[in-house]
Amino acid sequence: MSSVSLQSRRSAARSRAIERRELVRGLLFISPAIVGFVIFTIFPIISSLYYSFTDYNVLQSPAWVGVSNYVALFKDSLFSLSLRNTLFMVVFGLPIHLVFDLLMALLLNTKIRGLSAYRTVFYLPSITPIVATAVLWLWLFNAQYGLLNTVVSGLGFRTIGWLTDPKMTKPSLIFMGMWYGGNTILIYLASLQDVPSELLEAAELDGAGSVSRILNVVLPMISPVIFYTLVINLIGYFQYFTEAWVMTASRSGSAGGPANSLMFYAMYLYQNAFQFFRMGYASAQAWILFVIVLAATAVLFRSSGWVYYRSAK
Amino acid sequence: MAVESSLSRLRGLRSSRSRRTKQAKAFAYIVCTIIGIMYIFPFYWMVITALKTDVQIFKWPPDLIPLTPVWSNFIEATRYIPFWRYMGNTVVICTLAVIGTVISCVLTAYGFSRVNWRGRDVVFAVYLSTIMLPGQVTMIPLYIVFRNLGWVGTIKPLVVPTFFGSAFYVFLLRQFMMTIPVELTDAALIDGANEAQTLWSVILPLLKPAISTVALFTFLGNYRDFLGPLIYLTEQKQWTISLGLQMFKNMYGAQWQLMMAASALTMLPTVVLFFFTQRTFIEGITMTGIKS
Repeated sequence: MSSVSLQSRRSAARSRAIERRELVRGLLFISPAIVGFVIFTIFPIISSLYYSFTDYNVLQSPAWVGVSNYVALFKDSLFSLSLRNTLFMVVFGLPIHLVFDLLMALLLNTKIRGLSAYRTVFYLPSITPIVATAVLWLWLFNAQYGLLNTVVSGLGFRTIGWLTDPKMTKPSLIFMGMWYGGNTILIYLASLQDVPSELLEAAELDGAGSVSRILNVVLPMISPVIFYTLVINLIGYFQYFTEAWVMTASRSGSAGGPANSLMFYAMYLYQNAFQFFRMGYASAQAWILFVIVLAATAVLFRSSGWVYYRSAK
Repeated sequence: MAVESSLSRLRGLRSSRSRRTKQAKAFAYIVCTIIGIMYIFPFYWMVITALKTDVQIFKWPPDLIPLTPVWSNFIEATRYIPFWRYMGNTVVICTLAVIGTVISCVLTAYGFSRVNWRGRDVVFAVYLSTIMLPGQVTMIPLYIVFRNLGWVGTIKPLVVPTFFGSAFYVFLLRQFMMTIPVELTDAALIDGANEAQTLWSVILPLLKPAISTVALFTFLGNYRDFLGPLIYLTEQKQWTISLGLQMFKNMYGAQWQLMMAASALTMLPTVVLFFFTQRTFIEGITMTGIKS
């Protein structure tokens, strides 16, 4: 009796020792990530919250001002304009791009010959440097000599102020964005190719037409991927910066386009932080963005009932 | 009887299906080709603009084939800005970032997949959630830290953080490592290899495709980055090609033929890289897609 319990106690002690050793080993291997997580994520999140309650110009030490940065932001008309411009991209640009990318992926998934050539064509624009892309599109959008207005006037229509008419500027950037959705197209295509063909055949035998097969079989099967691209691109759109900055920034550092119609959230934040050195004010902007993104993602996750998860393989 | 009728129904279905798929395919070809041409055309427009004189680019209707291509525009574009120096700076940053990312992410992914420690999966979930954190939230405090360290105006703020892991790449590598059977590493350990040797000689060779994907995406991500260099590279001689191109645009914005030449030269390395590594790219994206 006692020898048995001693034995089991001994083996329990041994397994505890093993567990401890495994813990140390595991933490040792992930130590770069732990250090990175603390220094480059946790610490900055907390200190930017602190800075958001201070007046801080980098040269002098931060002075506590309470919520006055937040109060000032709510009265700052350029801030609310930058938020509205950004929401425009999220509300219109995001769904337009994802639907377009999905349609392209569905077309490419019809087992057409020369698929790899088409894939290359649609993917290529998405890997070119954004600054070069933006410079190229500045030229395409050029009011007098650009490609787009050449086509428009060649067809006998009145030329369009793509980047000069404040009403057109954001739709123009959404249009441009359709050019480099290749990454999402390929993600969708890969997941479409993963849909089991037995399912499609079964649906067809049951008399489902191609539209109904797409709506009732294909889309539910790839809905986790759609959800993933929705979340990632939503967060990306809230940080929309480089294209608009390159296309509107002048030598003196001002940016935003005609009537500030292309002043996006991240641009105004950048200006406050690194041009005007209002670090406290910009930190408050950053935290408002953080809360908005968290809330938007939470809404997406809450309403993700349409996402169908296959039982784990 | 019943069998026969259902068989004939099946046959009918097949023939109508083949007719319908043919129509669908033709439709897909036409639409994909038209949109494909629209995708390629901006590149073409860029190249023919780069081959024109400053008078020819303002001609109406525009020449679609430059009859007397001005190749010297490309040479001139690399003289207006120190193009090769910016390119060199960019490649240095990209290479260091690839080294840092691969080393730190392989080690971290190993700790998250090949070692069984209590709380591992919870810690991993928390770590993975940092993917969704907007960069703006950490941007300002990090700038202040790097400024106090005297690193603003050097490439350190762009390179050093890469040696401390990146959640997305850790995720990709971890997914891959989980598919390697435990028996393989156990066998090596029983043969007397220590853990470092096992990681080096068993895991790494099997991990090659995943590592090349991570290396490729890291290189490309840093080559395309604009905001990081804009904040930290305050000295003109350290600029990356993206920063240089943006400044080129601000200074010589009306000389479209030179700007298009400079843009084309900036895009060229990524296009070449893509053509040499297509399979790695496609596999990498497939991995991303399967994740969710």
